[in-house]
Amino acid sequence: MLALNNVEVIYNDVILVLKGMSLEVPSGKIVALLGSNGAGKSTTLKAVSGLLKPEDGEVTDGEIVFEDTPIHHLDAADVVKRGIFQVMEGRRVFEHLDVEQNLIAGSYTRRDRNEVRDDIEMVYRYFPRLKERRRQTAGYLSGGEQQMLAIGRGLMARPKLMMLDEPSLGLAPLLVEEIFQIINRINKEQGTTILLVEQNARIALDVADYAYIMENGRIVLTGEPTQLRDNADVREFYLGLNEVGTRKSYRDVKHYKRRKRWLS
Amino acid sequence: MENFLQLTFTGLTNGAIFALVGLGFVLIYKASDVINFAQGDFLLVGAYIAYGFIVQVGLPWGIGVLLAMAAAVLLGIFVERLILRPLIGEPIISVIMVTIGLSSLLRAIVNGIWGTTGRAFPSFLPDTPVNIGGALIPMDRFIALLIVSVLLAGFMLFFRYSKEGIAMRATADDQQAALSMGISVKRIFAIAWSIAAVVAAIAGIIVANIVELNGAAVAGIGLRVFPVVILGGLDSIPGAILGGIIIGLLETYTAGYTPPELGLSAVIPFIVLILILMVKPYGLFGEVRIERV
Repeated sequence: MLALNNVEVIYNDVILVLKGMSLEVPSGKIVALLGSNGAGKSTTLKAVSGLLKPEDGEVTDGEIVFEDTPIHHLDAADVVKRGIFQVMEGRRVFEHLDVEQNLIAGSYTRRDRNEVRDDIEMVYRYFPRLKERRRQTAGYLSGGEQQMLAIGRGLMARPKLMMLDEPSLGLAPLLVEEIFQIINRINKEQGTTILLVEQNARIALDVADYAYIMENGRIVLTGEPTQLRDNADVREFYLGLNEVGTRKSYRDVKHYKRRKRWLS
Repeated sequence: MENFLQLTFTGLTNGAIFALVGLGFVLIYKASDVINFAQGDFLLVGAYIAYGFIVQVGLPWGIGVLLAMAAAVLLGIFVERLILRPLIGEPIISVIMVTIGLSSLLRAIVNGIWGTTGRAFPSFLPDTPVNIGGALIPMDRFIALLIVSVLLAGFMLFFRYSKEGIAMRATADDQQAALSMGISVKRIFAIAWSIAAVVAAIAGIIVANIVELNGAAVAGIGLRVFPVVILGGLDSIPGAILGGIIIGLLETYTAGYTPPELGLSAVIPFIVLILILMVKPYGLFGEVRIERV
């Protein structure tokens, strides 16, 4: 459905952020993109959704193909019309609008007014808490409610592909659990394909069908969650697990500094 | 008592016109966070174009007014294309400085075409006096009040319920997030500036009708509207309306009840403005910056 082939992104004409990034998102699946700070995960999403331009970024090489058409030269508005919606990092709800107006803003590219009303009800079924707060100013919602609103607002565009940038950011573990369950339900019930960017590798691997691990602007490891969970490097650097039962000696602490194998 | 009524009605209509001009400010500020210093000159351009069509070309006044409004739409689009679009991503203060330049430019163009002397505007609104409780109020002031009320009510509904209106407020809140919704920010800016220019043209025509067509008088209203919008809150339409009426009444009352040689009527609005801002720094209805802790 979505494919990135050797994409290169440069900010301000000098800073090379994506260095030949390739990735594929098959229709109807949940694909997770993991990686540490500054790996280029958000940049990847922005390259797809056309949000690089306002930040002075540019796709300088490679191509981004969505449903067999290249989209890396399109405006953000056209990308949304084609069915890709990015739920931005840090929720970014419209603070001075109320909950329902936020949802209407999400449906901006659509022309079918009656179905928009139905979809608002659908969002409320996924997030009953938003219905209770429908007339409240979004800026005063709690962090979890804002994240729900951000995802619900994405649903309002009826995207074929929804890209979620760190939905777990700054939320309590229980809420993270709840939000990921709903993401999973949206994928199964609405058939929305999901590309998920996360730092919380554990929970992302729980819901994903396939995962990519990204470092320094390129993909370093790919596989199904079960494979990745067994990979020693992933266990150590992303899941924080060590060999169980072994006593930690000075050598083990030092061992923590060893190079990741995929960097060689 | 008659004097009081007279002053009240004059103040109300002045206030309604202030509110209409203030609405233009609010629209642009709401959509793009820009304070448009050229708003007064939009009035002037609208009024003079109507004058050109009605008097110089000789069209019926209805068509002349419509054409002036169409010209205002073009002016709005033109401003967005040539001035705002190249400034996307630049600091807001640069855009605000550019509107000051735009103000001089528009004034110069108007002066270049029509000269600087005042002209008699065809008074197509009937100004037969109406007697209310002994006070004689010209009819055209009532009509102005009516037009302004209808427009203002329309805009309140537009921002609360229409998709375009909500998209405008969303853009004002967070441009990048608005982009990610598929909202074309360029389009929103063009709409905001066009509506502001049309509203200004209508206000300009009404002012020219009631007073006269004179560069300083018409464009000067743009400046007198500053206390109105700051008082009401820069981003609030109800604020612009209430602020307009408060300032309009204050001006006429002080003009009517204090010796004119003191010139207090020009000062009082600003004194009230300072007092209110001390208590409510965002204005009466201004959006309070939301901070979650």
